[in-house]
Amino acid sequence: MTQHSRDMSRRRLLFGGAAVGAGVILAGCTSNEQQTPTEAQTKAAETGGNAEPGKQVTIGFSAPAADHGWIAAITNNAKAQAAAYSDVEFKTVEAGADAAAQRAALSTLISQKPDVIVLLPHDGKELNSFGLEAMQAGIPVVNLDRAFPDAKAYRLQIKGDNYGMGVSAATFIVEQLKAKNVSNPVIAEIAGMDELELTQERSKGFTDTLAQHGLRVANRRAARFTVDSGQQEASQLLQALPKIDALWNHDDDQGVGVLAAISQANRSEFFMVGGAGSKKAMEDIQADNTVLKATVTYSPSMASSAISLARLIGQGRGMSDLVELQVPKEIVLASETITKENASNYLKLGF
Amino acid sequence: MSDSRPTATQSPPVDPAGPATAGDHALPPTPTGGRISWWHGEGGDGARRNLALIGVLVALVVIGAATRSDLYSNPDWVWANILSILKLASVVGVVTVGMTFVIIGGGIDLSVGAIVALAGVWCTTVATQSYGAGGMIFTAIVVGVAVGLVNGTLIAYGRLVPFIATLAMLVAARGLAAEISGKQTQISNNGTINGIASNNLFGIPLLVYILAAVVAAGWVLLNRTTFGRRTVAVGGNPEAARLAGINVKRHTLMLYGLSGLCCGIAAIMLTAQATSAQAAMANLYELDAIAAVIIGGTLLSGGRGTIIGSLLGVIIFATITNLFAINGLTTEAQNMVKGGIIVAAVLVQQVQFRSLTQFFRRNNRLTTT
Repeated sequence: MTQHSRDMSRRRLLFGGAAVGAGVILAGCTSNEQQTPTEAQTKAAETGGNAEPGKQVTIGFSAPAADHGWIAAITNNAKAQAAAYSDVEFKTVEAGADAAAQRAALSTLISQKPDVIVLLPHDGKELNSFGLEAMQAGIPVVNLDRAFPDAKAYRLQIKGDNYGMGVSAATFIVEQLKAKNVSNPVIAEIAGMDELELTQERSKGFTDTLAQHGLRVANRRAARFTVDSGQQEASQLLQALPKIDALWNHDDDQGVGVLAAISQANRSEFFMVGGAGSKKAMEDIQADNTVLKATVTYSPSMASSAISLARLIGQGRGMSDLVELQVPKEIVLASETITKENASNYLKLGF
Repeated sequence: MSDSRPTATQSPPVDPAGPATAGDHALPPTPTGGRISWWHGEGGDGARRNLALIGVLVALVVIGAATRSDLYSNPDWVWANILSILKLASVVGVVTVGMTFVIIGGGIDLSVGAIVALAGVWCTTVATQSYGAGGMIFTAIVVGVAVGLVNGTLIAYGRLVPFIATLAMLVAARGLAAEISGKQTQISNNGTINGIASNNLFGIPLLVYILAAVVAAGWVLLNRTTFGRRTVAVGGNPEAARLAGINVKRHTLMLYGLSGLCCGIAAIMLTAQATSAQAAMANLYELDAIAAVIIGGTLLSGGRGTIIGSLLGVIIFATITNLFAINGLTTEAQNMVKGGIIVAAVLVQQVQFRSLTQFFRRNNRLTTT
C-alpha cells in the first residue's frame, strides 16, 4: 500500500512537473513582435500654421472594443495621432460590447469635461441621443464613420464611403471583364455582417453599378468579418458556382479566409477584389501570386484625421488650406482602388 | 426535456465497468438472443433515432438535387460537394464529440468556441510559430486541455454550476485571446499546418480523416470503455454513481479536460482552414455544438446520448448551409430553418421516446373511457 502511494506521488510529481514546464513554455509563446503600422497612418507634427501648438485641448475618445483588425487600427491610430500633438490630452474609454455599454462609458467621459469628443458609435442610430446631449452641454462631438441621423447631434462627421466602395469595386470588375471580353460573366459577392447598415450600403453600391452595365450578382454570401467565417462562406460559394469570373469580398480581414478557401479548392479561373485595404491584402496584390488583383479602400486612417480635426475644433481653428475659419461639418473619404500598379504608394496606409 | 427519459435504459450502475445499457448501437444489428429482438429492445433506440436523422439528411440532399439539378447531374461535382460538406462539418464535429461527453456526463460547456479561439490564437503567435508545426500543435492541445481542466476544477471541486463556470470561461478566454493577439489577425505561415486543410490522402481531405478519427475514438471511449460507462452513470445519477464507487469529481474534471482536448484539436483544424487565427473566430460554436448534440438525441439533462447522433446533427447543419449556399438564399433564412429543425428534432424524439406500448395504452384509455 505504501509502495502504491509512493508510486502515485511520484506519478503526480511527474505530471505536475510536466504541467508546470508546459505552462512556462506556453507563457513564453504569447509574445507577438508584430510592428504596428500606425506611425505611417498618423501625420507627423509639422511646423508653421495649424501645427503650431495652440490652446491645450482635452479630447475624449470612444470606440467599440472589437477584436477586428480594422477597429483595432482605428483605436491605435487615434492614440498615435493624439500623442503627436503636444497640446492634446487624450482620454479614452472602452466602449464595451454594445450600444448600451458605450452610452454608460460615454456618460463617465462627459463628467470629465473634455473639450471635444471623438466617437465611433456601435450604432449611429442608437447613440444619436448621446450626440444631442453632449452638443447641448456644449461639447462638440466628432462622429467617426457611423453616422448620426440627426444633424444637430454632431459638430463634424468624418466617414468612409461605403456606397462608394461598392461602386469602386464594381467599376474595377466591369473594366476588367470588358478588357477580357467576357460575355455573361458570373459575378459573386462575399459580404460582411449583413445586419450592419454599412454592409447593406456596400452591397447596394455594388449591385447598382453592376446593373448600370446590365450585370448582376450571381450568388452572394454574408460572412462575419472573421477569417474562419470568410473561409466557410467562400468554400460554400465556390461550391455553388463551379465557374466564376469575378468575386468581390467586402473585407480584407475576412479575405485571409476567403483566399485560403480559394486555394484549398484549387480555383484560379477568376479574379478577386478586396475591401478596406489591409497590409496583407496590399502585399498580396503587389506580389500578384493570388487571385486577389485589387482592393477598394476604407482606411482606418480616418481616425487620425478625426483627432487632428477635433484638435482644430477645440482650438477654434479652421483647415489651413480652406478659406473658411472653421472645420467643415461633413467629410466623406473617397474609396480608392488599389491595384498592382499603385500598391506601393498605399502600402504604408495598410492596417 | 427531462420527462422524455426512456423508461428502461438507466439501470443502477452497480458495476460501472460492466455492460451498461444506453449507448449508440449504430453498428449493424446484432441479435441478442433474448426474447425480445435487438431492434425492439433498448439498443435499437439510438439506432432508430439515428435512422430518422439519416432520413432528414436524405431529404435535404433530395431537395438540393431537385432545386439544383444542373449541378447534381455532374457526379464529380456531387463528390466534391460531399467532401465540402464534410470539411464544413469537421471543425464543429470535433468540438461536438467533446460536448457530447460533457452533456452525457450531466454538464454543459459554453466555453468551447472561446477555447478554440484562444488555442488558435496562442498557437499562431510569432513566438509559437518559430517552434514549427510540432510546437503549434503542442501549444493548441495543451492550451485546450488546460482551459478544460480549469473548467472542470471549478465545476467539480469549486462546486460552480457548469453553466456559470463555462460562461465565465467563455468571456475570460475570449478576453485573453484578444489580449494575446492584440486584436489583430495572426497569419499562419506554417506550410505543414496550412496543409492540413488543403492536402488530400486518397482523394479525401485530411480534415475528414481527423474528424473520422476523433469520432471513432469518441465512440469507442463512450461505448467500449470503463470511462464511457462511468460517464453515462455520472450523468444519469451522480449520487448513485458515487455510491457505486465512482470518483464523480475526478470524472467530471476529466470530462471537461476531454472537451478542452477536442477544442485544441479543432483549433488546429480551424487555423489550418483559415490559414490564420483571431480572437473572434469560432464564434458561437458552443451553440452549434449543443444544437447538434440535442438533435443527435442526447439528453440535455445527461445520462444518455450517442456520438453518431451528434455527428449526424453536425452534418445535417452543414448540409443545410450548403443547400442554402448553392441556391443563393440568404443566411437569415438559413438560420430560421436551422432553428426549426432543432425544434422539430426534439419534438420527434419526444414522441419516439415514449415506448409504443405506453403510447397505445394511453390512447386506449382515452378512447374507452
